[in-house]
Amino acid sequence: MQDWLGPAEWRAVALSLRVSFWATLVSLPLGILVAYALARWRFPGKQVLNGIVHLPLILPPVVTGYVLLLTFGTQGPIGGVLADWGIVLAFRWTEAAVAAAVMAFPLMVRAIRLSIEAVDPKLEQASATLGASPVWVFLTVTLPMALPGIIAGTILAFAKAMGEFGATITFVSNIPGQTRTIPSAIYAFLQVPGGEDSAMRLVIVSVIVAMAALLLSEVLARRVAHRVGGA
Amino acid sequence: MLEVSVKHVFQGFTLDATFKAPPGITVLFGRSGSGKTTIVNAVAGLLKPDEGRIAVDDWVLLDTKQGVQLRPHKRRLGYVFQEGRLFPHLSVRQNLAYGAWFAPKEVPRESFSKVVEMLGIGPLLERRPAALSGGEKQRVAIGRALLSAPRLILADEPLAALDAARKAEILPYFERLRDEVSVPILYVSHAASEVARLATTVVALDGGRVIAHGAAAEILGDPNVRPGGARDIGAVLTARVLRHQDDGLTELNAGGLPLFLPKVTAKPDTILRIRIAAHDVILSRARPEGLSALNILPKTIAELRSGDGPGAIVALDTVAGRVLARITRRSAVAMELQKGTMVHAVVKTVSVAGLDIGGNA
Repeated sequence: MQDWLGPAEWRAVALSLRVSFWATLVSLPLGILVAYALARWRFPGKQVLNGIVHLPLILPPVVTGYVLLLTFGTQGPIGGVLADWGIVLAFRWTEAAVAAAVMAFPLMVRAIRLSIEAVDPKLEQASATLGASPVWVFLTVTLPMALPGIIAGTILAFAKAMGEFGATITFVSNIPGQTRTIPSAIYAFLQVPGGEDSAMRLVIVSVIVAMAALLLSEVLARRVAHRVGGA
Repeated sequence: MLEVSVKHVFQGFTLDATFKAPPGITVLFGRSGSGKTTIVNAVAGLLKPDEGRIAVDDWVLLDTKQGVQLRPHKRRLGYVFQEGRLFPHLSVRQNLAYGAWFAPKEVPRESFSKVVEMLGIGPLLERRPAALSGGEKQRVAIGRALLSAPRLILADEPLAALDAARKAEILPYFERLRDEVSVPILYVSHAASEVARLATTVVALDGGRVIAHGAAAEILGDPNVRPGGARDIGAVLTARVLRHQDDGLTELNAGGLPLFLPKVTAKPDTILRIRIAAHDVILSRARPEGLSALNILPKTIAELRSGDGPGAIVALDTVAGRVLARITRRSAVAMELQKGTMVHAVVKTVSVAGLDIGGNA
């Protein structure tokens, strides 16, 4: 594969995989928590939280990217604090991961929330009467039964992170090896004469990764659904 | 001993019930909407009543005056739900082990193998709940509740979702639970036959209130108590199996009176509970001759109750115990029936349905 892809192209593929992997992994616990809160809790400001979570899905990605830039820049509320601690994320792959995570978050939460809502609260009650505290009810009943949706949401988020372009390029620009993910690289190759071949190879990689993610999610979800009892 | 006293108002319905449940099976008996499930959910902690106190022996689960309200998972109750509620993602073995895992380690408990043997679920252990029949699911649900080392078992119409054959399959297990396990059981039912067969104590409910409370034979033999409606009235007798006869009938001895039932499986000398539905009893002033019915019991009338409808309930005291008969008011007048009148009660042999015949140690 490294022979087929040029070094610049390979770097973009490796970076995209790394960015998407970490973006998905780190946002998963938060995604499950937010999905659970939206599915099961009643609290003031629930609709506001729901709105904020879904905002990146509806806003133009460039707007999201710009808001991230304002927030995480060294002058921004979060970036300033991090800079005080000596952590400067600006224009690094970690910030590309932040952008990807924020953009993929609504898709992840939606899928997980639906699957948690599908878990019969009567089973959770049964679990409680058998002595399980709320945390154990969640870990032993809710979570395993919602697993197909969690897998689907995770893979969907990964695929979305792989394809994220607008917010990333606005937030962290297009630096080879740091923030030039596959979509940014395709865009960059198309700006220079003779870049079409490189762009085409990355397009093919994109299609393969997307198809593989979809297939994997189908297979996993089916296997888990079968294990969960074909319900 | 479970002590319950709850008041709760919701959607225009007022529940105000106080009762005690001694060891054995205490059946909350009443038609739907009488507040049975509300009481059980309050005991389980799934519903918070407006006011009340619930305690098992000296262990207080709820006391609104003292501000005590244990969370459901702290109450250590085994709840057998109407629809089983097995965990679909776990095997039968894991379902059974689930409650045991959360029970405090120092608490004495039934052994896994004993419960599996008692409920006959050994061959099912590696299966998933989706692969079980309704009756099998309920047996596993009983085992799961039992293995959580509960101080009290709650059962909310555990047979209601099953057909007659499956009911007959599960009932003996509740009898074994009553007779072999020391944990008190609070059992919700609207079916008189289940009450007759299982109950040690009956708490009859109507419209959110306790209308009668006492030993099963006493409550079921009281013509004034009919939470299931007049059609459902029937008294309970205990009888000893004498012998199985060649023609398929079993002869029983009910306090000296012979009774004939379609062959029961119990061995001779077993003591059985028999329920005689009031509408299956015919009364006659003279001893009937040339009748196809085999069971004819001479009695005196202890009580006669007629309501607003065309029916009347006659309570008869026999040497075997209290028997109820449902006749029309017109007949009662025509036969000049009153308290103390000597009558013969005719019970059609076939009318004592299989489901109504229960074992009782």
